[in-house]
Amino acid sequence: MGRRLLLEHDNVAGIETFDVYRKNGGYRSVEKALKSMSPELVLEEVQKSGLRGRGGAGFPTGMKWSFLAKPEGVPRYLLCNADESEPGTFKDRYLMEKIPHLLIEGMIVSSFALGANQSYIYIRGEYMWILDILEKAIAEAYDKGFLGKNILGSGFDHDLSVAPGGGAYICGEETALIESLEGKRGNPRMKPPFPAVKGLYGCPTVVNNVESIAAVVPIINDGGEEYAKIGLGKSTGTKLISACGNLVRPGVYEIEMGITVEEFIYGDDYCRGIANGKKLKACVPGGSSVPILPHYLVTKTAAGEDRLMTYESLADGGFASGSMLGSGGFIVFDEDQCIVRNTWNFARFYAHESCGQCSPCREGTGWMEKVLHRLEHGQGNLRDIDLLAEINKKIEGNTICPLGDAAAWPVAAAIRHFRDEFEWHVNEREESQKRNYGLIREPQSIA
Amino acid sequence: MIKVTIDDVEVEVAEGTTILNAARMIGGDVVPPAMCYYSKLPDTGGKCRTCLVEVAAGSTKDPRPMPKLVVSCSTPVQDGMVVKNKTSERVHENRGAVVEFLLINHPLDCPVCDQVGECHLQDLGFEHGAEKTRYEEERRTFDPIDIGNKIKLHMNRCILCYRCVAVANQLTDKRVHGVLHRGEHAEISTYIESAVENDFSGNMIDVCPVGALTDKTFRFKSRVWFLKPMEAECECTKCSGKVVVWQFGNEIYRVTARKDRYGEVEDQDGKAGWICNDCRFDKKDLSDWNIIGPRTIDRHSVISQGNYESPRTSIKKVK
Ligand SMILES: Cc1cc2nc3c(=O)[nH]c(=O)nc-3n(C[C@H](O)[C@H](O)[C@H](O)COP(=O)(O)O)c2cc1C
Ligand code: SF4
Ligand code: SF4
Ligand code: FES
Repeated sequence: MGRRLLLEHDNVAGIETFDVYRKNGGYRSVEKALKSMSPELVLEEVQKSGLRGRGGAGFPTGMKWSFLAKPEGVPRYLLCNADESEPGTFKDRYLMEKIPHLLIEGMIVSSFALGANQSYIYIRGEYMWILDILEKAIAEAYDKGFLGKNILGSGFDHDLSVAPGGGAYICGEETALIESLEGKRGNPRMKPPFPAVKGLYGCPTVVNNVESIAAVVPIINDGGEEYAKIGLGKSTGTKLISACGNLVRPGVYEIEMGITVEEFIYGDDYCRGIANGKKLKACVPGGSSVPILPHYLVTKTAAGEDRLMTYESLADGGFASGSMLGSGGFIVFDEDQCIVRNTWNFARFYAHESCGQCSPCREGTGWMEKVLHRLEHGQGNLRDIDLLAEINKKIEGNTICPLGDAAAWPVAAAIRHFRDEFEWHVNEREESQKRNYGLIREPQSIA
Repeated sequence: MIKVTIDDVEVEVAEGTTILNAARMIGGDVVPPAMCYYSKLPDTGGKCRTCLVEVAAGSTKDPRPMPKLVVSCSTPVQDGMVVKNKTSERVHENRGAVVEFLLINHPLDCPVCDQVGECHLQDLGFEHGAEKTRYEEERRTFDPIDIGNKIKLHMNRCILCYRCVAVANQLTDKRVHGVLHRGEHAEISTYIESAVENDFSGNMIDVCPVGALTDKTFRFKSRVWFLKPMEAECECTKCSGKVVVWQFGNEIYRVTARKDRYGEVEDQDGKAGWICNDCRFDKKDLSDWNIIGPRTIDRHSVISQGNYESPRTSIKKVK
């Protein structure tokens, strides 16, 4: 078992209360930062840590913070993205539910670094009970002087509020989140301008994922260099992975970056293998938006090296034979699962969640869903498979926000690796309705 | 002033100019089609993606090409930028795809649509579309509804360009219409069909690039190319009173704003020439107007074929 920096105390009774959290070392980073550090120093530590955004894109957090514009007399905001709606992803939920004070602590320290006197946690509307948990914890933090005016006598004022989300996946896209928080329809904005220059109410704004903000706490407690010692290369620190699907022990795990995928799926400390003695068929390692990997590319890369749980290794081979760490939503399929059905299921999600602003995404996602629905139900033609590949090529890169790409990639990857199974759905219309194609054959050579 | 090259033509423009507006300064067929951007309505653009262009060199300072195609309506030019529109195979291909996307759910009911002859989607389909559809699924449908008592909405034809939403936001005092739902199911609507009652709501009809919003006082009366467009003006306290009246003999069938070759209202007396609903819907008598003279419709529309001197057709196959 590796080190756990975020979930170390998740099973301590009463950890959701201020007192127990504090007894277990909570709010030390606030004391340290506000009493002995300058905002610049906090930023420096985050930069040294190599922390990369945990919301999906993996953008270096320190760099994002350094881009924040600081015009005189204009407020700055920190927004915590707790909209977590990507299928397969439920790590933020676990963290906020179990240790709400960790997020609040991270919000205070991060806001101090950014010079933000007001921050918001934008939380997915379906997480209503967590909203209550957070509000209770925030009230405690106010009570104990960690929020409000002149925190710990440092002269730093900070207010933190929770805002319930607009009930759509798209509100997790940072600019849609800002629109939604402003009380408008959650349509993504065009970039530039980026939120760092013009965000909430036109003011400079940083949007970070729950886990990114929580990770600031151990970074300040132990120092950025200590944090960077964990992990491998540009994948530093620990990462929360929400594992689901046909696993013996699905759940939320905190892993040290750099463990092998093999160990994560089969290891005793982690998922303990595929449930019911079945074989692994495929894996979506980073939430529904990332390319699916067939069984022979999950634990090994195309070059035959061990695949590791890092940003780089999971992406090894590019779109031809790799995937992405994404949001850490690790979905595992056993040999009984139907890839065509799953691809349709994902496509249905994106068609439903497209905001409908730009034509390629609005029309293309709906089109793909309908074609996949036919294929899945044994009513497709071989040319539909090429049509799908064609449609997703025309969505990709041609849209306002990355949802278009996120809708296109899974379909492209499924066809790339599982074409035989798609064709089977056309050629064996009745048989395919049993959805028992089984494992896909490994190609002679993997490009 | 900075220099930018579009389809091998160089032009000097002010800093902050978008690629599209720089191309419009050159004119002709280097101008990308724009279905959602409307220069007179701030914050429009970026949505339809028909104006995609290729940036072959970002600027003199950083001459790397941009990896993705960019929307020309919302991308500012840089000094030394090299843009390819009609000369780019990628643009041709992807614009064709956008047109296909815009058409898959379109009812193609042109034979009964009032917009025929003025429809930007028709022009776009003619220039960039395919002859046959690859769409075998059921098209989405909506029932036509009234947007106020003078405007009809055929949602089936709407391309969700959001221009009418911008009109409602920016020209009318109390917005009562906007977009409901998401994705494929998104629709323009007045919330619970409450009427749009505002002096400037009629401008939605003029900005709508397709036949989704039509003038109820004109619907089904005539094809536009059978009418004589005449410049006219009147004393109006609400707007400039400078309009185009569309006559059949001595009868006025409809009144619109004066629009330029891109279908955008022209400036009148230094500001955008939006017209009020009184001028548009109620002044249908010749005695209401001082008729100035014939209006050339400066678009490659069928309207300009029958009238006046030379038809301004700029339709060329890109390939
Ligand atoms: C459609 C869409 C949905 C997204 N949903 C989330 C989400 O639920 N949570 C999240 O943290 N980031 C989400 N993101 C990514 C955010 O836009 C943003 O990159 C992220 O919050 C930045 O935080 P980070 O730098 O800490 O990763 C989404 C992006 C897109 C395009
Ligand atoms: S890509 Fe899709 S979700 Fe994103 S702005 Fe365009 S229509 Fe909306
Ligand atoms: S009704 Fe017309 S103007 Fe309004 S969004 Fe649809 S196409 Fe655009
Ligand atoms: S005109 Fe540029 S995207 Fe529509």
